[in-house]
Amino acid sequence: MATRLIIEAGRTERQYWRDLWKYRELFYFLAWRDLLVRYKQTTVGVAWSLIRPFLTTVVLTVVFGKLGKMPSGGVPYGLLVLCGMLPWQFFSTALSESGNSLVTNSNLISKVYFPRLIVPAGSVITSFVDFVISAAFLVVLMLWYHFVPPATVVLLPFFVVLAFAASLGVGLWIAALMVEYRDFRFIVPFVVQFGLYASPVAYLSSLVSDRYGDPYRLLYSLNPIVGVIDGFRWCILGGQNVFYWPGLLMSLLGTAFLLVTGIWYFRRTERTFADVI
Amino acid sequence: MSVSVIEVENLSKRYLIGHQRDARDALRHRLEAALRHPFKWLLNRRRQSQASREEFWALKDISFDVKQGDVVGIIGRNGAGKSTLLKILSRITEPTSGRICMDGRVASLLEVGTGFHQELTGRENIFLNGAILGMSKAEISRKFDEIVAFSEIEKFLDTPVKRYSSGMYVRLAFAVAAHLEPEILIVDEVLAVGDTEFQKKCLGKMSEVSRCGRTVLFVSHNMAAVRALCRTGVLLEAGRVIACDSIEAVAAMYMNRAAERISSPSVQLSKPRGGSDVWIESVHLLCDGQPGAKLEFGQELSLAVVFRAATPIQKPMIGYLIRSSRGENVVNANNNFLPSPGYAESVTEGTIICNLGALPLMAGSYSVSFWLGRNPEDQHYAEDILHFEVLEKDIWGNGKLPTRSLSCFWWPTEFEFSPNCLEVPLFNDISKPVAA
Repeated sequence: MATRLIIEAGRTERQYWRDLWKYRELFYFLAWRDLLVRYKQTTVGVAWSLIRPFLTTVVLTVVFGKLGKMPSGGVPYGLLVLCGMLPWQFFSTALSESGNSLVTNSNLISKVYFPRLIVPAGSVITSFVDFVISAAFLVVLMLWYHFVPPATVVLLPFFVVLAFAASLGVGLWIAALMVEYRDFRFIVPFVVQFGLYASPVAYLSSLVSDRYGDPYRLLYSLNPIVGVIDGFRWCILGGQNVFYWPGLLMSLLGTAFLLVTGIWYFRRTERTFADVI
Repeated sequence: MSVSVIEVENLSKRYLIGHQRDARDALRHRLEAALRHPFKWLLNRRRQSQASREEFWALKDISFDVKQGDVVGIIGRNGAGKSTLLKILSRITEPTSGRICMDGRVASLLEVGTGFHQELTGRENIFLNGAILGMSKAEISRKFDEIVAFSEIEKFLDTPVKRYSSGMYVRLAFAVAAHLEPEILIVDEVLAVGDTEFQKKCLGKMSEVSRCGRTVLFVSHNMAAVRALCRTGVLLEAGRVIACDSIEAVAAMYMNRAAERISSPSVQLSKPRGGSDVWIESVHLLCDGQPGAKLEFGQELSLAVVFRAATPIQKPMIGYLIRSSRGENVVNANNNFLPSPGYAESVTEGTIICNLGALPLMAGSYSVSFWLGRNPEDQHYAEDILHFEVLEKDIWGNGKLPTRSLSCFWWPTEFEFSPNCLEVPLFNDISKPVAA
């Protein structure tokens, strides 16, 4: 026989990763479904992924740049905000979508087998596609300001991967916790709302060290998205400020920790999903 | 042909039944406990979580073999563990102990249209559902036309499935599943839906699958379908394998066991876990005052309930429900709002007899459920605990029997004929103006 399947209490780890590879097309199909469904019966459709960051950017630019007169490090404030906005919006939608994904797909979980990791990962992919579409808006804004990005822009993909890993790590944690504790349905929107201000979306992260000193900035960098946003600004807007390496290292470590523990916790609770959900 | 493709060895599945109230506050309690006594919490964590939950073995030491090309019917009453077995075989949930060995590609179909999305069109859903069931994109594209032809919905391919009739929905869903081509197919009660003609088509497709040397595991309550399709059967009862033999033998055994249950006029109950402090100890069927589960038409039926109470009670609330074999509620009554006096003094045990008189029930089998308690909110509920049979009777004395499938009650009606057209006065006739 070509394939032999053994079912036992405590399924082997190798079988799981092999299955994940076997079902790899499902990543694509679930993301494709979510994208198709999201803009069904909407008039402007995909344009929503442009309108959302546009409006938020305008509001934050006016409030922080014009009214608050925050320092921008020599670049147009709108660009500064958008460079923070794009990774933040990716992170926050990925977070809430993947967090909810297992519960909204509970009919799948209880009726058919596939590695469950695909469900939250598919949601992160969906948010990533949105992120790529919104990135077009950044290009438009750069043309508008006649802004030419420095050579460091080629390093941007690294930070995109970092953002992806951070989203997946946190998403896995929340998805697995949500199965048993629906409290996270209320916690996540709050965290997302709070995170917009706790992350350097509308201001420069150097403000933290300017005001409170470097140790606090290191602490601040524990938020994995801080390193991502700093990286985005450094790549796209250039290094007016010296790049803060300890912060990046902190974010890298934080992201790796979240991702590894996220997978570990998800795998540990996964076997009981169908019984609990 | 005699190679075992599925070997199930000592398979068990345990569920921990938590109490609903605890589960809802679990996070809060755990956080509170963890914050108050962090060390104690760490030490006691495992022990506490097991103590507050109760064990329930849905499957206990199941072992059986399935040979290649076999079509196996898994039968048993509700709660016998059929669904749990299928869930473990399809890897949705893990067994607690034991081991299964399966050779070949496995596909399971526990529900028709798993993963269908209401907003997507038929075409999109074929791809989505196929991928969820484990087909590759290339495979789906190759079989696409065949699937569409089988489902007979060509015209509506680009309509969202939310606008489909339920029949179309089921046809499309089964069409996708039928083209899976696995070596082992696991099917749950999916044929309960859809019209008769389509059911036949599905059964045909499934026996075609087995003719190609594939193995099918099939669960259904439709004994006719099980007998038509399967060659061997596995009878499950309370999480154990009772028999594993040819389908005819197993089906006969299943029927006999069902009949045995029906003919017993008395059932003893065990004290319910937690909950009500008043509980039913035993229930009895009385026909014309004598214990019996076979009722002649016109005989008087009584239901006797023996109860116990932890603390004295004067007027227990009692109710019963009689259901037909088709599942319709026939009679439902309780004493909640009756001004009956109850016991003269509070008691801790006693018998309540419900006299129903001569019920004009049509011939057929019926089940009785009871509930008993101190108040309507807190009751011991015993569902479908008693079964009785009403025997056929020549009611009109002319050798013709009333058609039992049309109604639950037989009711004498006097038919009167008149040559004239009856003039019925019309009330609220709006065609005429209201007189001032």
